[in-house]
Amino acid sequence: MKIYVCVKHVPDTAANIRPLGGTAFDETVKFIMNPYDEYALEQALRIRESGSGAEVIAVTVGKEVATSTLRTALAMGADRSILVKTDAYFTDSVETGRLLYRAISLDGFPDLILTGRQSVDTEGMQIPYRLGVLFDMPVAVNVVTFSMVEGRVTVEREIEADVREVIEMTTPCVVGAAKGLNQPRCPTLPDMMKAKKKEIRVIPQADLGFPPPIPTVELLGLQAAPDRGRGTILEGDPEKMVRELLRLLREEAGVL
Amino acid sequence: MARIGVLIEAKGGEVKKTTLGALAAARRDPGEVYALLPEPNAEACHGVLRQYGADRIVTIRTPEADISPFPDVQAAALAAAIDRFQLDALLGVSGQAGRDLLARIASIAGAPLVLDCLDIDFPSGTVRKSHFSGKTTATLRLNGRPWILGIRPNIFPEKIDPRHGDIVLYEAPVPTSKRLVIREVKQGSSGGPDVSEAEIIISGGRAVGSAENFRILKECASVLGAAVGASRAAVDAGFASHALQVGQTGKTVSPRLYIACGISGSVQHFAGMKTAKVIVAVNNDLDAPIFQKCDYGLLGDLFEVVPALTRALAPAQAK
Ligand SMILES: Cc1cc2nc3c(=O)[nH]c(=O)nc-3n(C[C@H](O)[C@H](O)[C@H](O)COP(=O)(O)OP(=O)(O)OC[C@H]3O[C@@H](n4cnc5c(N)ncnc54)[C@H](O)[C@@H]3O)c2cc1C
Ligand SMILES: Nc1ncnc2c1ncn2[C@@H]1O[C@H](COP(=O)(O)O)[C@@H](O)[C@H]1O
Repeated sequence: MKIYVCVKHVPDTAANIRPLGGTAFDETVKFIMNPYDEYALEQALRIRESGSGAEVIAVTVGKEVATSTLRTALAMGADRSILVKTDAYFTDSVETGRLLYRAISLDGFPDLILTGRQSVDTEGMQIPYRLGVLFDMPVAVNVVTFSMVEGRVTVEREIEADVREVIEMTTPCVVGAAKGLNQPRCPTLPDMMKAKKKEIRVIPQADLGFPPPIPTVELLGLQAAPDRGRGTILEGDPEKMVRELLRLLREEAGVL
Repeated sequence: MARIGVLIEAKGGEVKKTTLGALAAARRDPGEVYALLPEPNAEACHGVLRQYGADRIVTIRTPEADISPFPDVQAAALAAAIDRFQLDALLGVSGQAGRDLLARIASIAGAPLVLDCLDIDFPSGTVRKSHFSGKTTATLRLNGRPWILGIRPNIFPEKIDPRHGDIVLYEAPVPTSKRLVIREVKQGSSGGPDVSEAEIIISGGRAVGSAENFRILKECASVLGAAVGASRAAVDAGFASHALQVGQTGKTVSPRLYIACGISGSVQHFAGMKTAKVIVAVNNDLDAPIFQKCDYGLLGDLFEVVPALTRALAPAQAK
């Protein structure tokens, strides 16, 4: 049994992102594994440890530096990993889906593909669905519980606050993990040492065929989002503050 | 553009308010607007759709009568409708449900997809959306048709714009596929409006202190007609269900009014709510970062301010 986990190398969510004109941004910030992908990887490791003896393979599409996220995946417990090496930071979702599909297909037959529910850098929210069509597998995303019994996967997926769909799928399938699915493990120092010996196979993007000349969704530019600045601060007696707030919300802001 | 489809979401036979915003977004293009609507809820919705700008109302029928448990079949039927009516774009609401269906449709059609759009410019074929959790805004151009676009709920206000709304019945020739089935929809206990599409949200942070104390927020929410949200610290401490979490790893919301109570204003929390029209912060620390990026700040103890707000809004119930 082979489980492929798609992991993305992204800036730390606390990092300050500084656009540098065009599509460039200051890439010297701290990078991490996309937080949702940690839940996906943890789930794969649990399936392996529950006696299925699955092989867990982490796959990423990114620049050479993305190997550090693969190292993290290997330290958490992935058996081996694949880097599809690109030159640019941004790759559009259709192309990323195609590259993941090609890289995984070259490697083996997936019994399960796990991803995060979205990447926190480009917020595309679509790779698992693209993979589903390319591999011809059913897909469920935003998954918060998972079980697999005799070739059938049952998951719960959150659709609204406190509303969940219980979904049953045949395997192989694609599952997009959300927060709450599990508690991802933290690798220890010995884990990190062991990870150094595990395989990172590097495939240059061009080896997987050429992308179309113009991306389906083309990033034209990045701008810093404006902050709203310091607000009007009210203080003093709660009753008076609240009365003043309601007046402001009604008369100045017009939202009540 | 020429023909723009809008994916209509209905609940209990009524068109969702956020969906009317999608119609208004589509109407910014001079072309024809097609409201696409899976059959069961169809009739009751026609009047509203006409009033809010639908030139045509396409009722979709499939060989399997009830396809609600089969998202793959729904997506295939909608992808077929895009083909049949030669739509140049399909717009929907990027809530949890719309997002799933739009992504399935785009994948089947091999079409460009941008979810959670903050703005759409039809003439240039560009859209804007958040990158890096709201810290930057990206401008994206869609190449090739059809464009599949999900708009962030509440970004586009609905607009009355009466049209003919001719009814067209479309029988989608899609095979049934049962490899993915929704077995059950589990309703949670909270019962209030969904935080991701709510127009007013009152959220509590770590300072709320306990699940029991969240009651004061719920009381205020009920007089405000608001949904209750929470910070991750409050969720991790078990004060609130994780479904209520707003932020980077929770829901992205864009209400008209967001009231943050006992929330410090971390970047990850802001990632989920910074496009709210108006942000109010209640905090007892003048140095709390949230005061630097809100519209109105109330310096005080949330345990005094929130009940005072509830009383002020419901004077009759105060005694
Ligand atoms: C990868 C990652 C993802 C994350 N995702 C999210 C996310 O989705 N959502 C999220 O919210 N956070 C997220 N976080 C966590 C985030 O960094 C903060 O830790 C969290 O938002 C803090 O929650 P808080 O504001 O409730 O708590 P605190 O930061 O502890 O703030 C509590 C505030 O309450 C005030 N206060 C105390 N007592 C009172 C009182 N009686 N009355 C009024 N005010 C009072 C204090 O002055 C303080 O400002 C994430 C972090 C990481 C690393
Ligand atoms: N470049 C990438 N390399 C590997 N996995 C990716 C990449 N981009 C997206 N994914 C996976 O797809 C999920 C959803 O991403 P997205 O559609 O970009 O929001 C992520 O959580 C990852 O698991």
